[in-house]
Amino acid sequence: MATAQTRNLSRLMMAPAVIVLLIWMIVPLVMTLWFSFQNYSLINPMMTGFAGWANYIYVIGDPSFTQSLVNTLILVGGVLLITVIGGIFLALLLDQPLWGQGILRIIVISPFFVMPPVAALIWKNGFMHPGYGMLGHLWKAFGLQPVDWFNQFPLFSVIVIVAWQWLPFATLIFLTALQSLSEEQREAAEMDGANAINRFYYIILPHMARSVTIVILIQTIFLLGIFAEIRVTTGGGPGYASTNIAFLVFRTGILSNDIGAGSAGGVVAVIIANIVAFFLMRAVGKNLDA
Amino acid sequence: MARSVSVQAKAGYTIAAWVIALVLFSPILWVLLTAFKTEAEAIASRPTFLPETFTLENFAAVQERSDYFKHAINSIVVSVGSTLLGLVLGIPAAWAMAFAPTKRTKDVLMWMLSTKMMPAVGVLIPIYLIFRDLRLLDTVHGLTIIMTLINLPIIIWMLYTYFKEIPVDILEAARMDGAELWNEIVHVLVPMAVPGIASTLLLNVILAWNEAFWTITLTSGRAGTLTAFISSFSSPQGLFLAKLSAASLLAIAPILLLGWFSQKQLVRGLTFGAVK
Amino acid sequence: MGSISLQHVKKSFGEVQIIPDISLDIKDGEFVVFVGPSGCGKSTLLRLIAGLEDTTGGTILLDGEDMTKAPPARRGLAMVFQSYALYPHMTVRDNIAFPLKMAKMSKEEIDRKVEYAARTLNLTSYLDRRPRALSGGQRQRVAIGRAIVREPKAFLFDEPLSNLDAALRVNMRLEITELHQQLKTTMIYVTHDQVEAMTMADRIVVLNAGNVEQFGSPLDLYKKPANRFVAGFIGSPKMNFVDGPEASKHNAHSIGVRPEHFVLSRDPAAGSWKGKVAVAEQLGSDTFLHVNVDGLGLMTVRTDGERTFNHGDDVYLTPDQSRIYRFDAAGLSL
Repeated sequence: MATAQTRNLSRLMMAPAVIVLLIWMIVPLVMTLWFSFQNYSLINPMMTGFAGWANYIYVIGDPSFTQSLVNTLILVGGVLLITVIGGIFLALLLDQPLWGQGILRIIVISPFFVMPPVAALIWKNGFMHPGYGMLGHLWKAFGLQPVDWFNQFPLFSVIVIVAWQWLPFATLIFLTALQSLSEEQREAAEMDGANAINRFYYIILPHMARSVTIVILIQTIFLLGIFAEIRVTTGGGPGYASTNIAFLVFRTGILSNDIGAGSAGGVVAVIIANIVAFFLMRAVGKNLDA
Repeated sequence: MARSVSVQAKAGYTIAAWVIALVLFSPILWVLLTAFKTEAEAIASRPTFLPETFTLENFAAVQERSDYFKHAINSIVVSVGSTLLGLVLGIPAAWAMAFAPTKRTKDVLMWMLSTKMMPAVGVLIPIYLIFRDLRLLDTVHGLTIIMTLINLPIIIWMLYTYFKEIPVDILEAARMDGAELWNEIVHVLVPMAVPGIASTLLLNVILAWNEAFWTITLTSGRAGTLTAFISSFSSPQGLFLAKLSAASLLAIAPILLLGWFSQKQLVRGLTFGAVK
Repeated sequence: MGSISLQHVKKSFGEVQIIPDISLDIKDGEFVVFVGPSGCGKSTLLRLIAGLEDTTGGTILLDGEDMTKAPPARRGLAMVFQSYALYPHMTVRDNIAFPLKMAKMSKEEIDRKVEYAARTLNLTSYLDRRPRALSGGQRQRVAIGRAIVREPKAFLFDEPLSNLDAALRVNMRLEITELHQQLKTTMIYVTHDQVEAMTMADRIVVLNAGNVEQFGSPLDLYKKPANRFVAGFIGSPKMNFVDGPEASKHNAHSIGVRPEHFVLSRDPAAGSWKGKVAVAEQLGSDTFLHVNVDGLGLMTVRTDGERTFNHGDDVYLTPDQSRIYRFDAAGLSL
């Protein structure tokens, strides 16, 4: 509802942001696509020319690719599972009448503000180190053999670290959603004879559906690109046990200086992300009334 | 009306919540305490809780080894700079989408958000090469540009949700009062949206501060931010725990304080206004 | 000066036609009310005049000058919004001064005008407050103050009183009417409330589905409604309509009788229409009876407040023969 003049102005106002993002999206993507069909290695400058599908065959055909893909899905799925379920429980708990709610909120949100490399370093050296990590001390206190987390359970360890970082986010969003549930609605359900479990299923859970979608959307955006946590802790290893797609492309392209193969991996990563995005956007688009 | 429960129940909830909260907080607490211990005490086989000998030498050692202040300044410049740049690009765009929406507005917003879903690794190599050729590698302004681009969709989304809550009547009143677009935005829209703009600013400063992929891949010594600074502590182990903690504490303290101070505003922004 | 002329103005939003074709001439200094049910296009018409919406066709002349394409800022009109649309971050003083600042007036001149407007509107002691610290009526006055300082060609009011409580609404109605008598500036006032329309207007435009049903003085509309729609819309309580054989007796497709044009009696010999009281609403000054008339349906009757009736009482109604409105099949007055 506006005049043609406002509409023209609005196009002008949107232009810079749209153009910048369009360039940001298209130029590197086209270049990646181009490189992915080239023989291009920074180590061996003699190797040039059109490569056809060779880079793709090399990347996808390598067992490390399948493993990275599976790792990516386990990583994203595992973290989502822990943070959504844990977040709902923690939010329900924090929504109860308790002493020190304000301070509790601040304490619980804190891990979210810790930058990924620091989070990874703390867990690696302070907690999961078999020699002097706190978990090692805890195991010893119970007379158990300390676990060498990053060698024995590399992917699980990464999931724990990432889940630790994102649980506060999920909790706080769920808590905010819970607190917007009107007291009257709760009381009405109580008057109608619903017990705590019924209230959770019929009143609270449906009310939180929207915030759950939001949490899944936002976390997936960030979780697909998990990088620093892996680089700092396991370096993707042992072998490829904790390498996700993002780290695989980094390994191939930057560490091995194989631009062609790295680009092919990048294109595949984009395609995977688009498949995920497609389903996510369809699910969430309805929930986000723009 | 608060729900009334028995004191016992309240105490039970309180204890459960505090136990879980402290478990979640323990890594940060560990950093906080270890940073002031001596290296020997940090790796003692019988761990201490509070530092037995309180020392600041770790901080001095960290500053000497990696120049914390240089990295911190880089972090501040990049995170604040990219956020301000993002606001300059984002405010007009969000104004247009919130107050002169078309049938395509929602699609444009979704498209913008989808650029966030594009994995950074997919474009890392071309960006790396472009940066190399334009001599932007390891420069603060190069990193600022990247950070602006990756956070711009979030900035626009957040501003859009805040702007949408401003009644269009008031902007129309400004137009009737003879205000041209510039005056409408500067004298009416921006002052009214100050809380929303502030929380957008805060959240994006935090996101940019903690961004690790581009800072690690595109910088090394000169333009390294605190994420790069801390990554340089990742290789050596052993007699290094206290210094690592000191470095970690230095890297996270500013943003942790900022986050605590503004957590209420952040939640709304983070959900793109979809959860209030 | 402030004459406003609409010539074949049309407006559609996409496929939806809001205003098919309207021509109107509003004279300088006139107080014109646009009235009609919600969705009739009255607010859209006002926004077209303001320049907040584009016309799809036709011409808008302000003082004879074609302003159809001019942006709102250039039209020299002032508008008071339903929500008041005060700038919440500015004090009352800055709110009122804003249009003058936009016009780049000198500081002294702005101060002088703001002081004057504040005195006129009894706002002097509130000048340094923020809008949120004001009552509804005070906010309304600030919105009016912001409009008058500009000395516009015309004032546009978009349902300005609908957010106020009943008592305040009556007060503000008087204040706006007084303001008009004082300033003698053209005013266009949009409302869905026919009482506001009747009491304030020099002339009323009755709108329905984007068409002007009638344009005339309040009493004209009351006495000589052009059609059944206007007859039903103007007057409170609403006119009673009767179709069928009873209307045929008057050579009409339907007839209308206003509630105040009945003679009411309990004596069977004195009435032509027999009915039973369904609900009696006693206001003190008047009593409104809702009477179920045999064969004709529910009728509203106004009678004096001293008489008491109960549910189920038999009553007899006699319409005042000289004040029966007659309509043809198309609803036009005969």
